[in-house]
Amino acid sequence: MNARTDSNPDPVKHRTTVERKSDREVVVTRTINGPARIVFEAFTKAELFKRWWVPKSMGMTLLSCELDARVGGTYRLVFDHSPEPVAFFGMYIEVTPYSRVAWTNDEGGEGGEGGEGGEGGSVTTVTFEEQGGKTLVVLHESYPSKEALDAAGTGSADAMFETFDQLDELLVALGENSGQ
Amino acid sequence: MVQYMTTRLDTAFSALSDATRRGVLEQLGRADGSITDLAEKFHMTLTGMKKHVGVLEQAGLVTTKKIGRVRTCQLGPRRLEEETAWLERYRQQWDERFDELDKVVEELARKGEER
Repeated sequence: MNARTDSNPDPVKHRTTVERKSDREVVVTRTINGPARIVFEAFTKAELFKRWWVPKSMGMTLLSCELDARVGGTYRLVFDHSPEPVAFFGMYIEVTPYSRVAWTNDEGGEGGEGGEGGEGGSVTTVTFEEQGGKTLVVLHESYPSKEALDAAGTGSADAMFETFDQLDELLVALGENSGQ
Repeated sequence: MVQYMTTRLDTAFSALSDATRRGVLEQLGRADGSITDLAEKFHMTLTGMKKHVGVLEQAGLVTTKKIGRVRTCQLGPRRLEEETAWLERYRQQWDERFDELDKVVEELARKGEER
């Protein structure tokens, strides 16, 4: 049976927008071609999550991925990285099937330990809103304080990870230019 | 390193969160101008414009120089492009990620339909 799969062979790719809402919040939006239930599952089930969270273009390998998407449950992603693997981890603080999930990003404690319960980490909140068989995904990253943002880096932990080198370059460029 | 970096980006982003200040940067991109010029262009009081320029100056986006009685503003060492480039990289990363998500979701949705 071919069902009706050919009726929409090449669905529209929607635009991803990013907006810096304030000095400690970034909002990313994107419409995904599928119902909220499936999108939610792709965010909360490890076997689906690991298929998309780390696109090849990132040049990183996910060594392991454990998600326990229940309130109070934890997650842990380990990436291959030299000289040693890097882990990103945190806790789910809100899980409302098919509409909302929020987690803390607690790995930013290299220098000053962020404290238990993700006090020092950022919080990522994702909402799913189904509209005519598609789902609007709104991902909101927010830091509890400016100090926390300073400690945790910019954007999501893995975004920071990915852009680390570029940030370093930028830092050098800024340092040279600003003389401050 | 990262901390220093983030703080700086942070200042720049909050400086850019205001439409008038973004307008001032665009204007200064075309030509240097005095605070008085800018205040007139943006229909603001001198004091109001001074505040905006002050914020931009702190973020390193604008520098000012006093020549005689006139304070002239010009684009600073940090350019708007650096911040836009940062945001654009961030956007691209999410875009690629969401492209992959689209594939996974479309595949699952198709399977569901066939059932």
